[in-house]
Amino acid sequence: MRDRKWILTGLVVFVAVALFPVWYGALAGKATAPNPPLPTNSSSCIEPTQWMIANHPGLLNSWRNEVVRQGLATFVSPSGKDYPISFPGTCFSCHQSGEAFCQTCHSYADVHLSCWECHVQSGGSYAALAGK
Amino acid sequence: MPRSPESDAPNPSRRRFLKEAGAAAVGLACSLPLLREAFEAMAQDAVVTPAPHKQLAMVVDVNKCQLDAVRRAAVEACDRAHNIPHIPDPKHEVKWIWSAEYQHAFPDQVHLHTPESQLREPVLVMCNHCSDPPCVRVCPTQATFKRKSDGIVVIDEHRCIGCRYCMAACPFGARSLNWVDPRPYIPRKEDGEYYSDFPTRTQGVVEKCDFCVERLRVGQLPACVEAAAGVEGGAGALTFGDVLDPDSDVSRLLRERTTIVRRPELGTGPNIYYVT
Repeated sequence: MRDRKWILTGLVVFVAVALFPVWYGALAGKATAPNPPLPTNSSSCIEPTQWMIANHPGLLNSWRNEVVRQGLATFVSPSGKDYPISFPGTCFSCHQSGEAFCQTCHSYADVHLSCWECHVQSGGSYAALAGK
Repeated sequence: MPRSPESDAPNPSRRRFLKEAGAAAVGLACSLPLLREAFEAMAQDAVVTPAPHKQLAMVVDVNKCQLDAVRRAAVEACDRAHNIPHIPDPKHEVKWIWSAEYQHAFPDQVHLHTPESQLREPVLVMCNHCSDPPCVRVCPTQATFKRKSDGIVVIDEHRCIGCRYCMAACPFGARSLNWVDPRPYIPRKEDGEYYSDFPTRTQGVVEKCDFCVERLRVGQLPACVEAAAGVEGGAGALTFGDVLDPDSDVSRLLRERTTIVRRPELGTGPNIYYVT
């Protein structure tokens, strides 16, 4: 039992590391859910809000293929309304700022957005989004 | 040591012959399906892009485009509509539509007695949106493709990996790689905003004329066609339309005038036609 102090030290360190989420949460408090600024000029998105939260990357992906590869121009929403398939035109006619709206959640989730490396917002502005 | 008749018997060599003949037969039998595949592949035609039912095309009136103002208007309109960077280093230049000398645009039309003035005549050149585009064949990611709905050769910049195979394949030099980040070189308005909300490109992707897909989508003509027509003396300098529609302006011009295309001997089927 000469190694008792090493074993105990190791155990304490292991437990402290393993329980990191518990004590970090207790010390730092709960993270607050991101609260992106909502559009003021419209009350509903092209699909139900909950669906958009879960599926917007897939929707943008299929839009991209439809508009670039198939040459389609119009998206028909479940409510039967027509929207032009346009990332800057349709999305950002309501969501005024990609930096405020998209980046709020994406920073929280630590998901990198490369959209702004090419896309500019309607009116030719890309402002602070691309960071350069 | 004299050999005994037994050791000299044909049996061992015959056995060996039979063994080897058997092995050869098995080997040949195994390779037969492969050979058949190979012959079938050779008998088939090369991959052919299915013929589209619509093929957008342009007729360039070389004489009307002799006016500097017409060519400048067309090029400038394109640059602004697509946020094309103005990079001073010619090695890094990005071009969608530009002026080339007649002798370089039509090397196969030039002969010993072509007058010097004609050799140097400026001709507007751009992507030919070929009917059988070699760039599309070589693209490893299918980032560039011939769109079935209208025959435009488009680049899906999301997919381009910047390998430049397409640039090597294109006999018209119509494609440019973004060697550097283009954004610092894109002309802006006085308030610092871009002239257009067309997506800029990033370093490492290839770009070229796309017949203004984004304008066609909303029922407008390509930027160069519209701009050239707006200049005095530029009416009819560039004509745009569906070459497979017999009633289109392009088809009418092709019937009424003598037109040529660039490098027809290469068989790519260019869809930019020139009235000279």
